[in-house]
Amino acid sequence: MTQLALVIDLNVCVGCHACVTSCKEWNTSGPAGFMTDENPYGKDPTGTFFNRVQTYEIGEFPKTETVHFPKSCLHCEDAPCVPVCPTGASYKREQDGIVLVDYDKCIGCRYCSWACPYGAREIDEEQKVMKKCTLCVDRIYDESLPESERKPACVLACPTSARLFGDVHDPESEVSVTIREEGGYQLMPEWGTNPSNHYLPRRKTHMHIHEDELQRADNPLNKEQRGPSAPVDAPTLDDSTSW
Amino acid sequence: MHPAFSVIFLTTLIGVGQGLFLALFTGQSYSAVELVPTQDSATFYGLGGIIAFMFLVGGLIASVFHLGRPERAWRAAAMWRTSWLSREVIVLPAAIALVFVYSLMHYFGWDIVLYTSKTGITLQLSLIVGTLGAIATFSLFICTSMIYATIKFLQEWACALTVVNYLLLGTASGFTLAAAFASANAPELLGLYGNWAIIITAFAFFTRGGSLIRNSRIKAKSTLQTAIGIRHTKIQQKAMGMQGGSMNTRDFFHHKTAAFMKIIKWSFMILVFPLPIILLWAGMNAESTSVLLGAFIIQYVGLIAERWFFFAQANHPQNLYYQTT
Repeated sequence: MTQLALVIDLNVCVGCHACVTSCKEWNTSGPAGFMTDENPYGKDPTGTFFNRVQTYEIGEFPKTETVHFPKSCLHCEDAPCVPVCPTGASYKREQDGIVLVDYDKCIGCRYCSWACPYGAREIDEEQKVMKKCTLCVDRIYDESLPESERKPACVLACPTSARLFGDVHDPESEVSVTIREEGGYQLMPEWGTNPSNHYLPRRKTHMHIHEDELQRADNPLNKEQRGPSAPVDAPTLDDSTSW
Repeated sequence: MHPAFSVIFLTTLIGVGQGLFLALFTGQSYSAVELVPTQDSATFYGLGGIIAFMFLVGGLIASVFHLGRPERAWRAAAMWRTSWLSREVIVLPAAIALVFVYSLMHYFGWDIVLYTSKTGITLQLSLIVGTLGAIATFSLFICTSMIYATIKFLQEWACALTVVNYLLLGTASGFTLAAAFASANAPELLGLYGNWAIIITAFAFFTRGGSLIRNSRIKAKSTLQTAIGIRHTKIQQKAMGMQGGSMNTRDFFHHKTAAFMKIIKWSFMILVFPLPIILLWAGMNAESTSVLLGAFIIQYVGLIAERWFFFAQANHPQNLYYQTT
C-alpha cells in the first residue's frame, strides 16, 4: 500500500518561507476555492495556510543554534482526526494514504482540530470549513504536467531541496532511504499517531585539520631535492666585486 | 482551549433538561409502585416535561451557533460508528422527541393502562415511554461527555471522571429545578426531589473536586522536545510562522490570567455545590419556592462557570508549537 509523505530536512531548511507562499499560491488558486485572508495588508494579517515555517533557538545565548521548522499536516497513518468527524468529511485515502477534507460535507464543528495533536488543521473563517494540507493532490496526479513537476508545490519551491516527497511504504524510495540513513524521525511519537511525514535532524559537519597537513607533503620543490640556499647575511657577488 | 459559549450553553442546558426529565420520571416510577403520592398528570408531569423539553431545545439551539455550516448539520448523523459527536447528534433529537411525547401524553391525558397487578399496581403506557426517555437521557449524558473523554490528547478530559461529572452535574441541576417546581406544583414530592438534589450535588462535589485534584497533578505527555524532535533542554521559540495569529492561537488558548482562572474555579466550587445545598435545605424547611428557585439559578450560573473552566483548563499539545501567544 502506498503512503505518500514529505521528508523535511531541518539541517538544510533556511527558513525562507518559499514553501509557505508557494503552497498558498497553488492552493488558493485551485478548484477547491480560495484560502481566506483577513487584513492581508492591515495591522494583524491572518488567514488560512496549509504550511507554516516556525523558528526555534536551541541552546543558551551566545551558544545558540537556529532551527527553522516547517509544519504542515503529517498525514498520520493512524490519523486521530478521521474517526471523530461526525459527517465523514475527514477521510484518509486508501490508495495513497493522504488525509483529506471534503469541503462540501464539512459542517465546521472544529472537532477534528481538537483531535489533532499537531495543530495541523485550520478553519477557513469565511467558508467555515476545516482546511489542511492536501499534499497537492490536485497536482501530483496531473498528467498534463511534466513528470518532474508532479510534486507538491512546497517541494518544487524549496531552494535548498530541504523537502523530499515520495512513498514512505516503499523501502527503496528516495524518502525511505533518506529516513533510514539520515535518522529521520516522527513528531510526538508518544501518541501513537504514526505520522507519515518525517523530519531529518540537524547534523554537524566538522573538518579536522592537523598541523602537518598545513605543510604540503608532496611539494614538487621538495622532491627535486634542491639544496638549501645560502644564508641571507652571507656576502653576495656584488659585495665581493664592489671594490 | 478557548471556551465557546455555544458549547457551554449546550452542555449545561441539556444537562438541566435531562436531569429534570429524570426527576419527573423517577417521581412517576415511585408513584406507580405507591412509594409517593400520585400527582396530577397535566399540571405536574405534563408541565414539568414541557419545561425539560424547553431546556433541551434551548441546548440544541445553542449548539447550532457552534457550527460553521449549520445547514449541513443533518450530515453529522452519518459517522455514528466511530464518532461520539455523531452519536450525540442522533441521541439528542431522540431524547427531545421522547420527552416531548411523554409530556404530551401526560398533558392531554393520552395514557392507557397496559397491565394491572393483583395488588392494584398499574403499568401505564407513559411509563414505558418514560423508560425509553430515561434510556435516551442517560445515553445522551454518555455521548456528550465521551466527546471530550475520548480525545486522548486533552489529558484533562481523557478520564472516566469526565463522564461521571457530566452525568452528576446535569442530574443535580435538574433535580434542583424539580425541587423548585415541586414546591409550587406538588409539595408532597418536595422532600423526594430536594433530598435527591442534595445527595447528587454532594456526590458531584467529590467527583468534580476529584477531577480538579487529578488535573492539577497531570504530567503532560508531550513536550516541546517531542513536538519538534530536538533533544535539548533549552529551546526558545522565535517565530510562530504568522504575524496576526491563526486558528491555532485563537481556538486553543483562553488568553486569561492564572488569577482569573483561580477566581472562576473557586466561584464555581462555591456556586455549584455548597450554596445550592444550603438553599435547598433552607427552601425545603421553609417550603419556599423562591428560595428553591434561587438555589437552581445559583447552581446554573455556577455550572456555566464550571463548564467555562472545564474547557479553559484543558491544555492542548498543539499549544507547544505556539509558545509566544
